[in-house]
Amino acid sequence: MRRVAIIGVGTTKFGELWDKSLRDIGIEAGIKAIEDANISGSDIDAIYVGNMSAGNFINQEHVAALIADYAGLAKRHIPATRVESACASGGLALRHGFMAVASGIHDIVVVGGAEKMTDVSGADATATLIMAADQEWEAFVGMTFPGLYAMMAVRHMYEYGTTKEQLAMVAVKNHRNGALNPNAQFRREIDLDTALNAPMIAYPLGLYDCSPVTDGASAVVLAPLEMAKKYTDTPIEIIGSGQASESLALHDREDICTMKSTVFAAREAYKMAGIMPSDVDVAEVHDCFTINEIIATEDLGFFKKGEGGKAVEEGLTERDGEIPVNTSGGLKAKGHPVGATGIAQAVEIVYQLRGEAGKRQVDGAEIGLAHNVGGTGATAVVHIMRRVN
Amino acid sequence: MAIPRFWRHIGSRYNLVGTKCKVCGKVYFPPRDVCPVCHRKSLGSMERVKLSGSGKIYSYTVIHTPQKDFEMQTPYVMAIVELDEGPRVTAQIVDCDPSEVHIGMRVRAVLRRIGEDGEGGIIYYGYKFVPERTSAKGAQGHLSVK
Ligand SMILES: [Zn+2]
Repeated sequence: MRRVAIIGVGTTKFGELWDKSLRDIGIEAGIKAIEDANISGSDIDAIYVGNMSAGNFINQEHVAALIADYAGLAKRHIPATRVESACASGGLALRHGFMAVASGIHDIVVVGGAEKMTDVSGADATATLIMAADQEWEAFVGMTFPGLYAMMAVRHMYEYGTTKEQLAMVAVKNHRNGALNPNAQFRREIDLDTALNAPMIAYPLGLYDCSPVTDGASAVVLAPLEMAKKYTDTPIEIIGSGQASESLALHDREDICTMKSTVFAAREAYKMAGIMPSDVDVAEVHDCFTINEIIATEDLGFFKKGEGGKAVEEGLTERDGEIPVNTSGGLKAKGHPVGATGIAQAVEIVYQLRGEAGKRQVDGAEIGLAHNVGGTGATAVVHIMRRVN
Repeated sequence: MAIPRFWRHIGSRYNLVGTKCKVCGKVYFPPRDVCPVCHRKSLGSMERVKLSGSGKIYSYTVIHTPQKDFEMQTPYVMAIVELDEGPRVTAQIVDCDPSEVHIGMRVRAVLRRIGEDGEGGIIYYGYKFVPERTSAKGAQGHLSVK
């Protein structure tokens, strides 16, 4: 297996981008990434695109070919592959790009993630998001996507004494970080009372416990590590990659306070990287709902099971804490264009490891982790990255 | 939902029909063709069984922002119910105040209207759960015929 590095990154602004289409944002992120990598279109051997549901959001399938075409690559006839695993599509596309370069099949690979969610009504976006769960046995009977995570929260509160205040503190922290991220959808801080008194979505989750509907795209350029120095002085090596699955429906799991997919994906990634959870300096985790940041920080091994809520309360996940989590603002404040999220997480980790994260910079960060979840955890993907000195 | 798509699951939606693995004895709902414990050994040994419909709440939520077609019922309670035979099922909890609902609460299945396919379309029926105490007055809709 060859060692693989990220040699360029790019992202659009996240938010409600009324004037831009899926192909516009896909190309914008891709071009920023290839400019950052100092390569040109003729260097690209293949592209991978993470996208959850263009068919439902914009009535367009076949979007990897579409984006390759509008990137000006149709006449080069390179392979263009879409990867789908609901909200983990981006992270899984990154893993497939990583495997393609590691195996020696391709040298220069662009991996993008893109989702255009605001061309449909909020109700239609909600109906599409629940497609990540079981349509027949969860959605049909009246379940919503926030409702599934709400049931995890109720059980976590019951088992471990996690509080609604601790959930709200995740949102407050992530908004504080998002305020420092020029590409974030929400760039304003909120206080605890605002989060606690927001309209209820699905008890105990209020509006500020939920990530928003977002348009956005992000991209990275991958190369074999031995070639990376030719393009950049600051290659970021992908030292671990893990992926795991779990039952599609939440009710089929013995314990809903843990995501076994996260546990197994992380175990594989840590093993490949040869590191321990305590070696991680900065992490982007899948906070689609505040409860999932708490569950994920436990499952990734940062805290013991049941202590994720207390860890937030004690400030351990703040930018200057023991393990800074979601310095980008997370899905909560940066925004959650579902298929782009896994790539956007990798982009933030690259900024942090290069020392280019501006006011959100974690001092001396050398090892970073990105954790991306599909649905309620039927898929999880974990990547670990390290600065190459 | 297209009519055949609803119709093919009618046994499970009306009568809580699941499957029991004759190799290990584990019961599943909805029905499965392969037992996740026994894998290939279970092929051909997954027997259809009707579940009692009695169980207790494993976790729950109160939905305030519903999906389409459930707006009229908002706020409504959804739960994961652990059936006495073992499997867990996601369902609506009705005939009680949301504030009464708690983990461990005993419930039983009843047959109720779930939704309809637009105006004049077919009406979908299926299981919901009620607190066990209302057994006398809700007997008509009781799924379990002993
Ligand atoms: Zn079995």
